[in-house]
Order: sequence, then C-alpha cells, then structure tokens
Amino acid sequence: MLSRGEQGPPPLLTLEDVGRAFDVSRPWLNRVIEGTPRQLLHAVDGVSFEVRKGETFALVGESGCGKSTIARLIVGLYAPSRGRIEFDGVRISDPETRVATAKLRRRMQMIFQDPYASLNPRWRVRDIVAEPIRVLGLAADQAEITSRVGVLLKQVGLAPEDGDKYPHEFSGGQRQRISIARALSGSPDFLVCDEPTSALDVSVQAQILNLMTELQSRLGLTYLFISHNLAVVSHVADRIGVMYLGRLVEIADAEELFARPKHPYTRMLLDAVPDLEMSGRQRTPVAGEVPNPLSPPTGCAFHPRCPQANERCKTERPNLIWRAEVASACHAVEENRI
Amino acid sequence: MSSAPATVLEIKNLSIEFPTRRGKLLAVDSISFSIAPGEVLGVVGESGAGKSVTGAAVIGLLDPPGRISGGEIRLEGQRIDNLSHDEMLRVRGRRIGAIFQDPLTSLNPLYTVGGQLVETIRTHLDVGAGEARERALGLLREVGIPAPEARIDHYPHQFSGGMRQRVVIALALCAEPRLIIADEPTTALDVSIQAQIIQLLKKLAREHGTAVMLITHDMGVIAETADRVAVMYAGRVAEIGPVREVVRDARHPYTVGLMGSIPKIRIASAKMHAPLVQIEGAMPRLNAIPPGCAFHPRCGKSFDRCKAERPEPRAVGSNLAACWLYE
Repeated sequence: MLSRGEQGPPPLLTLEDVGRAFDVSRPWLNRVIEGTPRQLLHAVDGVSFEVRKGETFALVGESGCGKSTIARLIVGLYAPSRGRIEFDGVRISDPETRVATAKLRRRMQMIFQDPYASLNPRWRVRDIVAEPIRVLGLAADQAEITSRVGVLLKQVGLAPEDGDKYPHEFSGGQRQRISIARALSGSPDFLVCDEPTSALDVSVQAQILNLMTELQSRLGLTYLFISHNLAVVSHVADRIGVMYLGRLVEIADAEELFARPKHPYTRMLLDAVPDLEMSGRQRTPVAGEVPNPLSPPTGCAFHPRCPQANERCKTERPNLIWRAEVASACHAVEENRI
Repeated sequence: MSSAPATVLEIKNLSIEFPTRRGKLLAVDSISFSIAPGEVLGVVGESGAGKSVTGAAVIGLLDPPGRISGGEIRLEGQRIDNLSHDEMLRVRGRRIGAIFQDPLTSLNPLYTVGGQLVETIRTHLDVGAGEARERALGLLREVGIPAPEARIDHYPHQFSGGMRQRVVIALALCAEPRLIIADEPTTALDVSIQAQIIQLLKKLAREHGTAVMLITHDMGVIAETADRVAVMYAGRVAEIGPVREVVRDARHPYTVGLMGSIPKIRIASAKMHAPLVQIEGAMPRLNAIPPGCAFHPRCGKSFDRCKAERPEPRAVGSNLAACWLYE
C-alpha cells in the first residue's frame, strides 16, 4: 500500500489542522473581582483527516473527546476557530464564503443520535421528509413532492402511507428510518452520522446498520460515522480515526486497526470491549479516567493512563505521523518502543 | 429464614400490571426465576421487555399505578411482595441494595459523599458516628476510590462519572445486603470505565457472597459478569440458563436473533462483512401483545401452535426455553 493520498479515490472532505475552542470563562465581573483569567476549552485541537469518496470514515472515542464537535464543524453548525475544511476541493470553513458555498453544503446532510429529539413532533412525517425538497426547490409541484416522499419512505423500509402519521406513532428504529429518509431527501452524497444507533436496541440497531450499508452501496454515499462503540464501527467503517481529548491519536484502515492497533489508547479501547465470544480472554482494565479537558495533561494527553509513557511523553506533544497507511500520534510507536 | 436458604431471591409466577383508562397493561406476565448467594443473574432484554419493572418490584419501588397482580417474591424464604411500607423500609437498603443507571441522580448533590454513606450505615446498622465513618472509609477504599480520606468529604459533583458510580456501589453495600439490584449500572459510562465497574461488581459479589440481579440491555456486559442469564421479551422470560450456554448455544429463536444482531469486532474490512442478523419488526407494544407466543409474528420458525398457545419455559439442555420448537 502506498502512503496517504497516493492511492484510492480522491478525498471528498479534507480537514486540516482544524480546531475549535469554547469560551467557558466565568462572567466578566467574577473575572475582574477574583482575578481569574479567561478560560478556553479546546474541544477539537488540531485535527487533520480526509474522507475519500464512497468510503465510510469512522471517528471513535469516549464522551468528551470532540467527535460530535467535529461533526458539527463539518456541517457548519459551528465555525472552526482555526484550520480549514474543504469539501470537494472547495474551502467551506470560511464565514465569508458561506453564501457561495451554500450550494455545496446541500450535498451534505446529518443524521442525529436521538430520533426522539430530532423530529418535529407537530409535523407529519411526509412534511418532515419533504422539508429539504421544498427548501432546496428540488421538485416542481406538490405531486412530485408526494411521489418523491413515497419513494424515500420505501427506500428506508417504511410505507408511503406512513407519511400521514406523526413521529410519536413510530418506534425508535422507525423514527431513525424517518431521519434517514429526511437526510436523503436532498439527494446528498455525503452523510454525517453522529451516533445514529446508540439510542436504539440491538436488534433495531442491526436493522439500521444494515439499511445504512445497503443505501451506501445503492446510492454511492460517503459516510462520516461517529460512534463510541468499536464493535459497531468494525461493521461499517473502511477507515477509522481514534480520538482522545480533542486530538486524533490514530488513523488506520479498519482491518489494520483491529488486527494491529498501534496507539496505546486504541489498544486500551479494544481491550475494554466486552468479550461476547467468552473466549476467556484476560483483559487488563485500564486505570484512570479521561482527564478534565479544561486542564489537559502536558505532553501527550494520554500519558497519565499510558503504560508506555516516559519522560518525553510528559513534556512533548506527539504529532500524528504517517507510516504507510497508518498514522499514530505516539512517541512510543515512533521510537519503536512498542 | 435463619437456616441459610439455597436461594437469596425467588420469584414465582410474578405478574405486574399497569391499570390505565384503556384497560390493564401487563408489563410482566407470570415470570419465575431465582438467584443463589454469590450468584450474578443477568436480566437482558430490549426496552420495554419488563426487566426494570421486575427489578423495581423486588425492591418495592414500583411506580404507581403499577402493581403486582399475581405471584410472589421471596427474599431468603420470606415473602416481601406483600410487606407494608414501613416493613419494606427495613428491607430496602438493609437486605436489598440498589444501583441505578445514572449515578448523578442517585446521589444527593447537597450532602457530602461521606455524609450520605454515614447516614445510610447508621439507618440500618446500630453503630456510632465514628465507627460509621470508619466503615464508610473502608467501603470507599473497597470500591477503589483513591485517597478516600480526602474524598470522603467531597460532594458528588466533585467526582467523575465512573467515581460516582463507585460511590453508589459503596452506598448499596453499606448494610451488607444479601441482594443487589443493579439496573443498567454501566450504561451511562464510557467503555473504559464500564470495564472497571463490571470487574468491581463481579469481585464484590464474589467476596461478599451477595446475590446480584444485573439488569441491562447490553449482552456484552452480561457475558462478562453474569453466571446465569434470563432473556426477557414482552414481559416474559424467553430463555434462562448458564451464561455460556445462552451466549454460545442459544435455543429460543429470539435469543438466537438477539445474539446475531450484536455487532462483534471482526478483523476484516467492512465491505467483506456479512450483514448483521436482523429480527424484522419491533417488540410489540404492551397493549398489543400477540396471543400465543409473544414472539411469533417476528419468528422465522413459528407454526400454528405458536399463534394459539403460550409456551411455558421447559428444559432444553441446560437452559430453560419458552418455545414450542422444543416440545
């Protein structure tokens, strides 16, 4: 395999050194009286990756690692504090070019985690699904809208007649199907899926994952799939990025990542997945917890929990280094210590 | 009850109903199982299967209008389903401990962790304040809280999620209960923390000889922790047996489907994966439970009898499965 960018389909989405900080300072008066400085929370801190056309790129990590913030940065719900986001070769992260890039943004849609919260309870399903068609002016008249909604609902395994119902008449899995139908109604080629199945029961989760895989091969979609569940990710992803405290610690092909995880954090995450095969595999639960993102550790953010950490890890922050098809941000990997 | 019974908890033909304006909803329909001392029984099922309601019935915390409409619950041989409110107060916390999903809502934010532990200990055990504090320190140490001497005077918000859940476990253990009801104890936690909490629960149950009823929707957690597992579907027990048997050699078609639908890490690229096994449809709502076997409309192996007659759990190998296939 060749190094990054030299093989495979061209990137559809590129993030370069993207960062987003949130101001979590106390109110101005408190700061003046107590003499406390401004406080910034770096939710995403210098993240670079690319999503190639037609692939599923997954971002995994524990809560608070910044994966959902990245999703929101990409679809434009947040503006990045630094760095650049390119979609199909055009920079979309500039607030100045928002209007010019609006056409481009139509090609991306988002599926949210909680189908109970992401659908308007007062709208009928057919209106929910038709909204993007109407807003984007994709249909000439009402008849065309109705037929398109019917096709979309069928595509996700619902009946066209279901369009007359309200969201509360559906189960969680069916609601997530409605969310998918709505996301597809603007004919996007890129979907950002933020934990699309974590609010669902396992048997329903299997239905949704199978549906997403099927839609991808049928419509040629590109997915950015965000999840905390490595087992789910192993079923859908072609390539995986592992995040820890706002930074990417490892990027690799799914196959490679599960067979030969490089970064100690990736190894730990894999080790923490419950062993359903009951192989009697002895696991070493990792001590410690994710540190407070307001005061991340110096050097490598993972060093307090890392069995391989040494002096260099405590002081010097590792950069993401590509070796063949795998990138990892770890001094131990770089020095061949592990 | 002093003669060391072989089971800590015994549930027999328990039914729980919720009267509503449009008729009674049967949330739990005549289920039976028991838990031995030191045993972890996993109760697994999808949302609405009746697992949490069963747990709530055992600790006497069923939300009205829900009520037990039949059957009995015995704790060390003594019936506890018909106790009065005051009598139940002496059982709950003392003989049955509880761990719930969200540690932030099971701790009082206005009291220090130590204060809550001491209060619980002194409510149930006849000890002085000093001794109670010593016990509280010991418990915090036992559940793996670093520097308990300093942490005991902290408030819940000063703890992280995983540490809070450890405090909740310490609270549940305060009075050395015989039974712990753990309702989704790791669902709100990250995977790396989840693994730690699972190990801790397992270790404490073994060391204290406490019976644990572990309610969760996560088969992975059950596989790691439980000795036996009961699979619930639409208010009934579909299958119950040793965890190894249920995980590897499930008998009931629902269990088979459930196991197949769980994504497992495989070392192959996604495109080479066979699609996950999926059970078509969804679990029926409580007001529309089909006659006969509740699973028959979704079952690939159903035949006429399944539509008419309700199967009772019967022995299939080392499991009990409620399925006509094994008649």
